[in-house]
Amino acid sequence: MYSFDPTEEQQMLMDAVKKYAENDLRPAAHEAEETTELPKKLIGKGWELGLLQASIPESYGGFGERSAVTGALAIEEMAFGDLAGTLAVMTPSLFATPILLAGSDEQKKEYLPRVVAGEWSPFTAALIEYAFDFDPNDLKTTATLQGENYVLDGEKAYVPFARGAESILVYAKLDGQSQAFIVGKEAEGLSVGEEREKLMSLNALPMYRVKLENVKVPVANRLGGAAGHDFDILLASMRIANAATAVGVANAAFEYSMNYAKEREAFGVKIAQKQAIAFMLAEMRTEIEAIRLLTWEAAWKLDTGREDAANEAYLASTGAADMAMMVTDRAVQILGGHGYIREHPVEMWMRNGRGVAMFTGLAIV
Amino acid sequence: MPIEFEAPKPITNAQFVLKTVAEEMMRPKSRYFDEHEHEIPWDYIEFMHNAMKAMGGSSLAPKENGNGKDADKEKRPPIGYQLIAAQLEALSWGDVGMYHCLPGGGLGAAAVHSAGTADQRVKFLSRFNGDKPTFAAMCITEAGAGSDNSAIRTRAVLDEKTNEWVINGEKIFVTGGDKSFTEYEKLGRGFIVVWASIDPSAGRAGMRGFVVEGGTKGVKVVKLEHKMGIRCSDTAAISLVDARVPFENILGSPTVEKNNAGFKKAMATFDATRPLVAATGVGVARAALEFLKEKLAESGVKIRYGLPRQKLTSIERDVIDMEIMLKSSWLMVIKATWMADNKKPNALEASMSKVKAGDVATKITQKVVEILGPLGYSREFLAEKWMRDAKITDIYEGTGQINRLVVARQILGYSGAELR
Repeated sequence: MYSFDPTEEQQMLMDAVKKYAENDLRPAAHEAEETTELPKKLIGKGWELGLLQASIPESYGGFGERSAVTGALAIEEMAFGDLAGTLAVMTPSLFATPILLAGSDEQKKEYLPRVVAGEWSPFTAALIEYAFDFDPNDLKTTATLQGENYVLDGEKAYVPFARGAESILVYAKLDGQSQAFIVGKEAEGLSVGEEREKLMSLNALPMYRVKLENVKVPVANRLGGAAGHDFDILLASMRIANAATAVGVANAAFEYSMNYAKEREAFGVKIAQKQAIAFMLAEMRTEIEAIRLLTWEAAWKLDTGREDAANEAYLASTGAADMAMMVTDRAVQILGGHGYIREHPVEMWMRNGRGVAMFTGLAIV
Repeated sequence: MPIEFEAPKPITNAQFVLKTVAEEMMRPKSRYFDEHEHEIPWDYIEFMHNAMKAMGGSSLAPKENGNGKDADKEKRPPIGYQLIAAQLEALSWGDVGMYHCLPGGGLGAAAVHSAGTADQRVKFLSRFNGDKPTFAAMCITEAGAGSDNSAIRTRAVLDEKTNEWVINGEKIFVTGGDKSFTEYEKLGRGFIVVWASIDPSAGRAGMRGFVVEGGTKGVKVVKLEHKMGIRCSDTAAISLVDARVPFENILGSPTVEKNNAGFKKAMATFDATRPLVAATGVGVARAALEFLKEKLAESGVKIRYGLPRQKLTSIERDVIDMEIMLKSSWLMVIKATWMADNKKPNALEASMSKVKAGDVATKITQKVVEILGPLGYSREFLAEKWMRDAKITDIYEGTGQINRLVVARQILGYSGAELR
């Protein structure tokens, strides 16, 4: 059957996340972006919503079951509040979710309870590399087997909370495939950049370059153990998360600019009463809906183990990049000069919007 | 029911059967009926009528399910509109023009279904289960009233002596008007639903639909249009001069209230039919995209999914973008029809699906012709025909612009007066 209603449980979760997004994340977003600081309390409150915890079974310290659909629904609601805040709250998932999905039993037992027990703590992952044609399936960072260890070499970029992270899940190319390796902060040859990444947006999210020079990782720390893991499913989960957050950001921009257009007067009427504006809004809403549904379908396919899930996630994420740029650009346009002023959030959302094309790897469901 | 994207069995079955129909009965004749405008595809019509009867279905007119006879069926979630959308998508993948020649009630029956009483539904819709293929059509548009159908000039006046409505006016762009009204030997008696005002001073509030039986005196098909595409579908101009129809053929109340209830009912028809028309756009777009991929594969061009955009060729980017458009527009159709099936108000989703599908159908077919170059433009292949056919999906059942207006009013909470 086709059905588009979230379950009651999902709806309750979405409502809780929405409340946090609107009452906590959104009001803090501007200052966080300007001062490049996200209050710890704010992250802690988001962590307490328990999105990650609810996706991990009790046997590993959580209290639920992972579902990409639920994850996509929740993360969209959160990103509606603020993208940087969302990515910060969800950073430990970057480490834990791949372990949950593809880790060996020992890895799950060792790491999952540590991540989800108690307060938010910096566990993270490093996928992105600093190249214009960065391709998650063709990484420049390499892993080679030498005796009992894999040796990692390369440089990663855009790694959230890398400074002070307990462990980093590092993606590297091994025998032509992308594989993940659990690297502890004490590992020799691992160095995290002093300075934060300076990006077009996400100033509030501390991200760093991470260098790996001859870093030895025991075979047991390869995700999934010596046999490794399926990368496609992890990449698909990241792409779905990326698409879902893009929908959230776009929806924020759409709603804000729509409300503005209903207030702002020109030539004696509200500008929303002008077709030039009204049609832009209609198209924004339509494109948001299109990508939201595509994202849901990809997530559902992933949850139900469909063969084409990975490709669907690719399409959703690719479509989301265009949609987010289009919608956020128009939001700025509708506010006109005011949209260009940083007092209004739309210009930040437009900067977020362009980022969707490069943010795969910063969130996972 | 949680969020799910599993096509129900009846839908996958229909898709499977109709793919064969499209391949065997439609595609081989596509070019012929494109080049022989106004010729009626009798073989196809008869085949489809018999095939649908054999399958237990009658036509694509929404089923009358008010009786509740089949208690078992009532328990399952309704999928009527979703199924029709899937059928239309599959048939339009075959040929949009020939899909219009599918016997059944079409938009005329849809109007009776949504604006008529239970008695009227039984009286007017049962004919589509008969021995002969039967058609019905919707007459709204006039020379001076297209998207702005409140400007309709056709009048209906009650003759109290005979208790008949007397209708006068000129209707154009009546899809299937000829097959619905003209009495062909091979067809059952159809009808047209004529929209007319019973009180011009009341504006929209005075607008009603009237069921006008095929062959009614004073009504004439005066012209069949020559079109850019969907040439297999007849598009009639119909004149009504003192045409008399029985009192009970009016859809809705015979008296004018001070509100727009009657007109809103007429417009509510569109909430049901817009996603269905959107489905036809998705069908023709899929035909074009699949054809392109076939031709590219024949030439050894592979589409490398999964790569970052920076590494894709221009053709790969186009194909991937088209797939995103196609898939997402289909999901919008499914959601809008799912809402209709579940009696959720879907004016917004219905119009959004039409906005999207209109865009997608025109963009994809035009892009496919472009990418195929001299092959795309050639009449040896159907790509150029699909481009001509697809254009209509952004025009009829509300142009893309009218649907944007509907979407905008919905999201802004504006009335027609607030956003003109």
